Amino acid sequence: MEPGQGRLSHEHVPRRGLACRITLKTSVQPEVFHAVMLLRSPHLASEDPLPFELKGSLFTLTVLHLFKPDRTAIERYLAEKIKQAPSFFNNTPVVIDLEGMAEPRDGVDFKGLYDLLRGHGMIPVGIRNGSPKQQASARLAGLPVLPESRAASAAKKPERAEPTPARSRLVNHPVRSGQQIYAPDGDLIVLGAVSAGAEVIADGNVHIYGVLRGRALAGVKGDLETRIFCQSLEAELISIAGHYRISEQLEPTDRGKAVQVRLVEDRLIIEQLTR
Amino acid sequence: MATVIVVTSGKGGVGKTTTSASFATGLAQRGYRTVVIDFDVGLRNLDLIMGCERRVVYDFVNVINSEANLNQALIRDKRVDNLYILPASQTRDKEALTKEGVEKILNELKQSFDYVVCDSPAGIERGALMALYFADEALVVTNPEVSSVRDSDRILGILASRSRRAEQGDPPVKEHLVLARYAPDRAHRGDMLTVEDVLEILGIPLLGVIPESPAVLQSSNAGVPVILEDGSDAGAAYGDLVERFLGKDLPHRFTMSQKKGFLKRLFGGS
Ligand SMILES: Nc1ncnc2c1ncn2[C@@H]1O[C@H](COP(=O)(O)OP(=O)(O)OP(=O)(O)O)[C@@H](O)[C@H]1O
Ligand SMILES: [Mg+2]
Repeated sequence: MEPGQGRLSHEHVPRRGLACRITLKTSVQPEVFHAVMLLRSPHLASEDPLPFELKGSLFTLTVLHLFKPDRTAIERYLAEKIKQAPSFFNNTPVVIDLEGMAEPRDGVDFKGLYDLLRGHGMIPVGIRNGSPKQQASARLAGLPVLPESRAASAAKKPERAEPTPARSRLVNHPVRSGQQIYAPDGDLIVLGAVSAGAEVIADGNVHIYGVLRGRALAGVKGDLETRIFCQSLEAELISIAGHYRISEQLEPTDRGKAVQVRLVEDRLIIEQLTR
Repeated sequence: MATVIVVTSGKGGVGKTTTSASFATGLAQRGYRTVVIDFDVGLRNLDLIMGCERRVVYDFVNVINSEANLNQALIRDKRVDNLYILPASQTRDKEALTKEGVEKILNELKQSFDYVVCDSPAGIERGALMALYFADEALVVTNPEVSSVRDSDRILGILASRSRRAEQGDPPVKEHLVLARYAPDRAHRGDMLTVEDVLEILGIPLLGVIPESPAVLQSSNAGVPVILEDGSDAGAAYGDLVERFLGKDLPHRFTMSQKKGFLKRLFGGS
């Protein structure tokens, strides 16, 4: 979960002497109810009314991040929390998250924890994370294990830029000598020839449904995955993410052929497209 | 309402003025009221090719600057009815051509003519841009050589992006290719591009192929548009070009090598 997003309470600073810390956060659990089962069968539907139907749905749940399974400490801190926001603990379903346990191998008395929370108005519906052993004992206590949250699994992975939705630019006329056409953020599609002395440029891929006689540059912001496609290769220059070849570096056998150009380990590869 | 046609090329010396003179003459011969305007301010020579250089009193720029009215500046052709010439100024520079001024005169001419033919200067500077800006159709003149074709390609791009039709989102300027100074022998020997090569690169409809011909220089020295030279190949090619422009479907002559091959000479045939 992003910080500050959908968060009801309270990253709290533990006071000295406190044996446990609990934070309560709401969390969207998209996976939880995603076991979509469509049981409705057409002929049944037309006859008897169905007794039930199963559908996937999303819920916002409160997550109790357990740091230390110290019963007295939990109880003390819980009482304090309830004093701050009594209504919040009124039959609130909670998920117990074990990810932040100080001693991950500690055994947890799930039955005791369940009763404790119930006694304070919360309804535990399951646990998340934890060791296989902890998960097994949770199941025994009647608490299902919910899939790891997306935020948790994403946070472990190295930072990856969110791909922005690509917007492509369509040019439905020939690109003539002296013209330059640029598609920022996406693909460029040219329905016609690109003349010698013309230049077609894209942050994404370049598709040319005609003869490429001019210059085509894909991935000009550095995207190594981009490609150039053309119906007939007679280019003055082709470039992907700054790696280029000029006309005289093209194989004579590729000339006039329908090709795709891509980058493999810093080398431009030209492949003829088979039809 | 008149149709405005620009004769343009990008590259210089490819035959724009020769084409403008014969094209305008051919339209007038077929009964259309036609005026041909020399946009080559400072380098006028349309009047020479039309043989009216000694009758120039006022010019295009005089009319733009309201120093003369159109009737004073238009020169009526002595040989062909319905044909008028609006000469360029020899002395002014190209800055005299303003968009507003050109538009005003074109609008006035469009009232009384069927066709307004604009002979563009070479290049892609102001004069050329003014000549093509108001065009409805364009004759793009190209010689069968790479640099000329490249420049024509450039001009086609400008027609498609910087003409008034392009700027206002109207239907695009109608493009016609005129391949001038074509020498079939040399093309087939590989010294020059062939008709097919040029069409492949430019991808616009071919209106006419004008053969390389000594008749062009002779007639322009005599101040007669070559289309009026009966029996000349270039004149006949311009005649066909005008017919095609007016909608006739004629085969392209002058694209094949004139020299007969050995077998053809033996067994005849054309
Ligand atoms: N079909 C032809 N055969 C032989 N010579 C030609 C032909 N067409 C044009 N020429 C010659 O080429 C030269 C240039 O022709 P013209 O003046 O018509 O070109 P232009 O494109 O108007 O040139 P500019 O760009 O200077 O205005 C002239 O000397 C002319 O006689
Ligand atoms: Mg000229």
